[in-house]
Amino acid sequence: MSPNDTAARLGVPPELSDRGLGSPEAVPSQKAEIRNVNFFYDRFQALKNISLPLHDKRVTAFIGPSGCGKSTLLRILNRIYELYPGQRATGEVLVDGENILEPGLDLNLLRAKIGMVFQKPTPFPMTIYDNIAFGIRLYERLTRSELDDRIEAALRRAALWDEVKDKLRQSGLGLSGGQQQRLCIARAVAVEPEILLLDEPASALDPLSTQRIEELIAELKDDYCIAIVTHNMQQAARSSDYTAFMYLGELIEFDETERIFTHPTQKQTEDYITGRFG
Amino acid sequence: MDLYTRRRIANAVVMSLSIGATAFGLLWLVLVLWTLLENGIAAITPALFSQMTPPPGSTGGLLNAIFGSVVMTLIATLVGTPTGILAGTFLAEYSRGSRFGEVVRFINDILLSAPSIIVGLFVYEVMVVRMGHFSAWAGSMALAIIVIPVVVRTTEDMLNLVPNALREAAAALGSPKWKVIVMVSYRAAIQGMVTGVMLAVARIAGETAPLLFTALNNQFWSTNLNAPMANLPVVIFQFAMSPYADWQVLAWGGALLITLTVLCLNIGARALASWSTFKQ
Repeated sequence: MSPNDTAARLGVPPELSDRGLGSPEAVPSQKAEIRNVNFFYDRFQALKNISLPLHDKRVTAFIGPSGCGKSTLLRILNRIYELYPGQRATGEVLVDGENILEPGLDLNLLRAKIGMVFQKPTPFPMTIYDNIAFGIRLYERLTRSELDDRIEAALRRAALWDEVKDKLRQSGLGLSGGQQQRLCIARAVAVEPEILLLDEPASALDPLSTQRIEELIAELKDDYCIAIVTHNMQQAARSSDYTAFMYLGELIEFDETERIFTHPTQKQTEDYITGRFG
Repeated sequence: MDLYTRRRIANAVVMSLSIGATAFGLLWLVLVLWTLLENGIAAITPALFSQMTPPPGSTGGLLNAIFGSVVMTLIATLVGTPTGILAGTFLAEYSRGSRFGEVVRFINDILLSAPSIIVGLFVYEVMVVRMGHFSAWAGSMALAIIVIPVVVRTTEDMLNLVPNALREAAAALGSPKWKVIVMVSYRAAIQGMVTGVMLAVARIAGETAPLLFTALNNQFWSTNLNAPMANLPVVIFQFAMSPYADWQVLAWGGALLITLTVLCLNIGARALASWSTFKQ
């Protein structure tokens, strides 16, 4: 099968397959580098010697069949796995040159710098306003009006402001699934992180909400380094600049998204993205 | 007979048995309430709430006993609730998977099912004997010991119902653990936790055995926590066992009062559990 057939089978629009990186900055700078990372759930090794870079102001997608370790890899980047005993990572993850897997690192400060949005919307049981204010108040002392402004800005960024501006004092739990997820994204960007981790952010949403989230990702990448885990091949093709294909805890292939989806070098990658296995 | 008919018959039989069992259980509850109402309603007079427990043969009320019950229940709740909530928080949020947590949980479960008379005897030994006299403090402590395991258990259970995804989301914002617990876990579990406290209060409101060994009783008005204090359960016990008709009427009145209070607390707890703060 020729590469163009592959693109056609995936329904990748032609303008996508011949677009460049679409951004004025031709050579993106490297924000983070994952180096020889292994991960263990007790004795089970879930990740094997993973190395890849994450570029600033770019979206990197992790794809692969369930259980391949892509979510696990994402959860290493803010060390959220450390909430659970028995999970550990080895190797190095350099963020701006600093190894964040170093023991003794302040995890709270790390996580304030690296935001995360989860598969299921996780609004806190409090008002929409407080949901956003929660993260901001952790590290900043703001006056009332400054806080109001920040919250409005965050909600505008997440394209949620118009829908909730009249009910900021109502519970975040009363929103629809898609709105809740955008609330979670607003909450994550409100603290102005440097890296944004998205763990299947649209998999629990309807197509319309999914589209909004993807538009949002496209906008957010102007300011952030974004890593996204997705099961949706079209989503990876549409919204990412780089793609990493993982299988059984190993990184099979990492390249620019365009190349992965048109000229994959590995047979496994091509089989997966064309839907022949996985 | 085909399979479908057999299943329909089996269904009818099981349903009848279930309804019968429910009716059997409810029957006793209704009978108890009815007997209480029939005998106790006559004693519910203004005097019941305004006069002290009388000597045999004269009129009186239960004011000192009501006051004593309220005071000791209140102190026990004030002591038992924070202790129970903090211990429950430890079990649910800090000791996950640790051997020590398992041991604490196991001991708490034993305490939860310990007969209340044992608790009364324990406090008698460690407080009453050493202080040399019965006291309201001792009574409050005995009741607090009954409150603690109930609150520990409900707090832990309710916190375990809070999805981990919520804790992860809060931690992912850079929130320290104590803040995750206070701002997110507690908020998500608050109704269940309050329900647990109310059920614990309902339970100690009617406990007799622990008070018999600790606060004992007092015929007179007393606000001295270092002295014996009247309380409804022990007064009911004493008056109901007596041969005097007017004491027996007061005992019925007190029993009705406690039952209605416990009923209200339980209904309140249920209402709270089903009412969501965040349904708007």
